[in-house]
Amino acid sequence: MEQTAVAASIKKTKRRRLTARWESPIAGYLFIAPWLIGFFALTLGPMGMSMYYSFTDYSLLGEENWVAFRNYTRIFLSDDTFVQSIKVTLLYVCISVPVKLASSLFFAIILNKKIKAISVYRTLMYIPSIVGGSLAVAILWKNIFGLNGFINYFLSWFGIKGISWISNPDTALGTLVILSAWQFGSTMIIFLAGLKQIPAELYEASSVDGANKVRQFFAVTLPMLSPVILFNLILGIINSFQMFTSAFIVTGGGPVHSTYMYALYLYEKAFAHYQMGYASALAWILMILIAIATTVNFSLSKHWVYYEAEEGGRK
Amino acid sequence: MGIAALRKKWKTHGLLILASIIMIYPVLWWVGASVKSNAEMSSPNLFPLAPLWSNYTKGWMATPNYTFSTFYINTFHIELWSIAGSVVSCSLVAFGFARLDFPLRKVWFAVLLTTMMLPAQVTSIPQYILFHRMDWVGTYLPLIVPHFVGSAFFIFLLVQFIRGIPRELDESAKIDGCTKFGIYWRIVIPLMKPALVTVIIYTFLWTWDDFFQQLLYINSVKNYTVGLGLRLFMDSQSNTEWGQMLAMALLSIVPSMIVFFMAQKHFVEGIATTGLKG
Repeated sequence: MEQTAVAASIKKTKRRRLTARWESPIAGYLFIAPWLIGFFALTLGPMGMSMYYSFTDYSLLGEENWVAFRNYTRIFLSDDTFVQSIKVTLLYVCISVPVKLASSLFFAIILNKKIKAISVYRTLMYIPSIVGGSLAVAILWKNIFGLNGFINYFLSWFGIKGISWISNPDTALGTLVILSAWQFGSTMIIFLAGLKQIPAELYEASSVDGANKVRQFFAVTLPMLSPVILFNLILGIINSFQMFTSAFIVTGGGPVHSTYMYALYLYEKAFAHYQMGYASALAWILMILIAIATTVNFSLSKHWVYYEAEEGGRK
Repeated sequence: MGIAALRKKWKTHGLLILASIIMIYPVLWWVGASVKSNAEMSSPNLFPLAPLWSNYTKGWMATPNYTFSTFYINTFHIELWSIAGSVVSCSLVAFGFARLDFPLRKVWFAVLLTTMMLPAQVTSIPQYILFHRMDWVGTYLPLIVPHFVGSAFFIFLLVQFIRGIPRELDESAKIDGCTKFGIYWRIVIPLMKPALVTVIIYTFLWTWDDFFQQLLYINSVKNYTVGLGLRLFMDSQSNTEWGQMLAMALLSIVPSMIVFFMAQKHFVEGIATTGLKG
């Protein structure tokens, strides 16, 4: 009997010691260890390496030689493909981001209604986004916008003779923009969550003041939603700069490099030509471009994003 | 209900139905086209008069040496490990950030948030070099192991969720002699289930669609995923059988569709309740 009591008390002190150990800072670091390891081994380490490689001619096949800024000077001074891919990418970002934002906001607004079967509509409209950036959609797109695809069939109703949209340099990029706008689901969900947080009183008050729907949209919805718009804008820009799969599959960068996105160029340099040093330099330029675009948008946002907390105090 | 209100209601429904049809029409066309022959592909009918079901069976067997069965098994194999890795690591790390105090906690959390903004391209080249040196290229390890260190986005999502769980539960468990790990395992994990489901769903969908990484690291057909199998299909045929290809492409989104319909609420309502609110 006594023995068990002693055993129990030993157990207790053991446990207490264990608890004490868990209380120490080590516990926290043990819990976040997986991420820390990943951060150093898979993010920070590789970033340092890629910075170093961008100043070398490393090719995966042999030893690297230090070339200082030669990769960068070649990119900026004598690389026509780089110039083309930058043009295409900037054009794509400037068109697809606003188009996608507008379409997802439009659908979020018409889906933000308290009527029967609204979740059925939401589900239906989310389906294109579920089919995802996958290969399957690229195959579908190739077909829809092909010479015999249903877009042309639809146009023939109006007596318009369609073209092969994907193999025409003037329209190929447009098909990719429409593809990204068609998959507005996740952006729309974020807008929907934002719309739900706008207090109904604001609408009531403004309609008492005689504001119509359009006026309400510009005076209430847009300002209240502006932080969410900024969030989606930044996310959209970051994603569009890196667009790869649909360009790779639908158009393969063609015709005549009219959809040759930056990420495609980077991929070819790194994994088709194994010019890792050059590709690393390209990757850093992309990173800096994205950082600039993000910073510019953040600083511009001061002029159009409305934060309720600043005036009404934090909840 | 007055006539005007009724008319307004029908107008809303009409608009929504029209919008749904426009959005969903390509998918309907896709279903129809998957049982069409090449000749019928441009015909105005959504569905052919005589559906060519053999598109499915022939497409399944179309790639030389390996059928799509292999590709599906491979993909599910990668999925299983990725999901396991994500759930374990993200929940541990999120618990650490949300509930424990340690030096530099805020700094590390800020670093974590910053990495969410990092374009994948910057790390993908040196990561490839790293995995190449470790002789991992050609195995599934480069696709699976990164999930075992957690993803910043999921960790952030879970941290936000855990912050919503009352701390009193931790306190009383501590008084009962529960260790930190015990609190994580017995209190937080069971309460975190809805958020973990979100992690599982998105890990599944993103892994399924992650064509780029698969393209980089898998190089033998034996190990191909469904996505790579589809690409092989596209390349291997000189006169492309569009029907078969569309049939296989359509089958390839079935798993994602099933997941989506099972977890519909998480998509159409979910994000609002789990995170994204600074």
